Amino acid sequence: MTFVVVASPPLSVRGARIAFGDRVVANNLALEFPASRTTCLLGRSGVGKTSLLRWLAGLLPGAERTQPTAYMAQRDLLLPWLGLLDNVLLGFRLRGDAAGLEAAVPRARRLLTEVGLGDRLGDRPETLSAGMRQRAALARTLCEDRQVVLMDEPFAHLDAVTRLDLQDLAVRLLAGKTVILVTHDPLEALRMGHQVRVLSGSPFAVGPALEPPGAVPRDPTDPVLLGLQGLLIAELRSTP
Amino acid sequence: MRPLITAVGLLLAWEALAWATGVPVYILPPPTRVAVVLVQRFDLLIEQAAWTAAEMMLGLVLGLVLGATLAVVFAASAGWRRWALPLVIISQAIPVIAIAPLLVLWLGYGMASKVAMAALVIFFPVVSALYDGLSRTDPGWLDLAQTMDAPPRAVLLQIKLPAALPAFASGARIAAAVAPIGAVIGEWVGASAGLGFLMTQSLARGQTPLAFAALVLLCLLGLALYHATDWVTRRLVPWQSLQGE
Repeated sequence: MTFVVVASPPLSVRGARIAFGDRVVANNLALEFPASRTTCLLGRSGVGKTSLLRWLAGLLPGAERTQPTAYMAQRDLLLPWLGLLDNVLLGFRLRGDAAGLEAAVPRARRLLTEVGLGDRLGDRPETLSAGMRQRAALARTLCEDRQVVLMDEPFAHLDAVTRLDLQDLAVRLLAGKTVILVTHDPLEALRMGHQVRVLSGSPFAVGPALEPPGAVPRDPTDPVLLGLQGLLIAELRSTP
Repeated sequence: MRPLITAVGLLLAWEALAWATGVPVYILPPPTRVAVVLVQRFDLLIEQAAWTAAEMMLGLVLGLVLGATLAVVFAASAGWRRWALPLVIISQAIPVIAIAPLLVLWLGYGMASKVAMAALVIFFPVVSALYDGLSRTDPGWLDLAQTMDAPPRAVLLQIKLPAALPAFASGARIAAAVAPIGAVIGEWVGASAGLGFLMTQSLARGQTPLAFAALVLLCLLGLALYHATDWVTRRLVPWQSLQGE
């Protein structure tokens, strides 16, 4: 297994230390995330996947964000008092960027149409199903138009079929961005990731990059993929 | 429907008690007697009720504005929170009845002292409910705003404040329920008009049925104020009422 070397600058982490009080989650961490590719970080619950992602997003004390990132969490985090279009435009509203907001409106509409919510622009989030809300959250994440997108188990709360649909949609819309997606679902990692890396141990170590064959999103019934899934599950089971 | 049946039942029991014991009217007038006075002295009663209602509503508005402003200031500034929040809490340790005579002394027998009294009992539940709401914003929303590089002012105005509106609404409902206390205590201590004033006057003259009639109107006023506030605050947070339905 080798690193993919890309000409455009990748997102890199060097000598990072993530700790909460005495509990060290990661120490002297060095990681490279290839540009314009999706890297899936796989690990068991509690290993520190989310902490790493929050560290990359600059959400942890002492964390320095190297470049602007868009962040998508497990919950949709849509604001209940705003309609969908305003939710998607939240970043521009919060920054008070009037010119940017005006310029972003057509993009927000297009994104909502692409996620299948083009006819619900003014609707409040509570009128939508969980899958629809997560699609709106995806549109909001993409509307920020940032090169690096961080996703924390974004489809974990959805039913199996909705999850597969959203994975396909996300792969299509995220093409060309540097994506770091955290998940505990090996199949999700194998379907969406150009690279899959396993986190294990305490403080965690990051395993070598696994690059499944074929273009993303990969067919979940592909025997090669299912074989890899078996290997990943075995690896996850063997680690603490 | 059920509260109505209970109320009618209680009134019948009261009537029966008054007749059976033969208690004098100036001690406990039967409901029928109170009803008669309510009709006979309606003009006087409604005039005094309008005065008290004005005191309650002005006090409520003043208390809400004052309370909301303080809560936002406390949420926005740690300095203000450290210096002024303890004072706000201490102010609640003083029973309002104890400062009522002082307010009347300073602001006079007119409406101002009653409005001040009502505002004083109202502002605390509003401050504490809204401040609580402002400091309990969903951390996920705050993280999201941070990754979007939102300035603190925008986070307060566009996320924390709307997110705290349901808490403000419950504070406002409590405020509406206690508003009559402030106004009436003020009237009991010293006033020239209002239902509380009418009660002290009629009780002193042995016109107990009139005092009871004033009490009935006071009760109705309190209910009306509460339900009006409830109606308004529900429209303030439509996303919450929809979730509740």
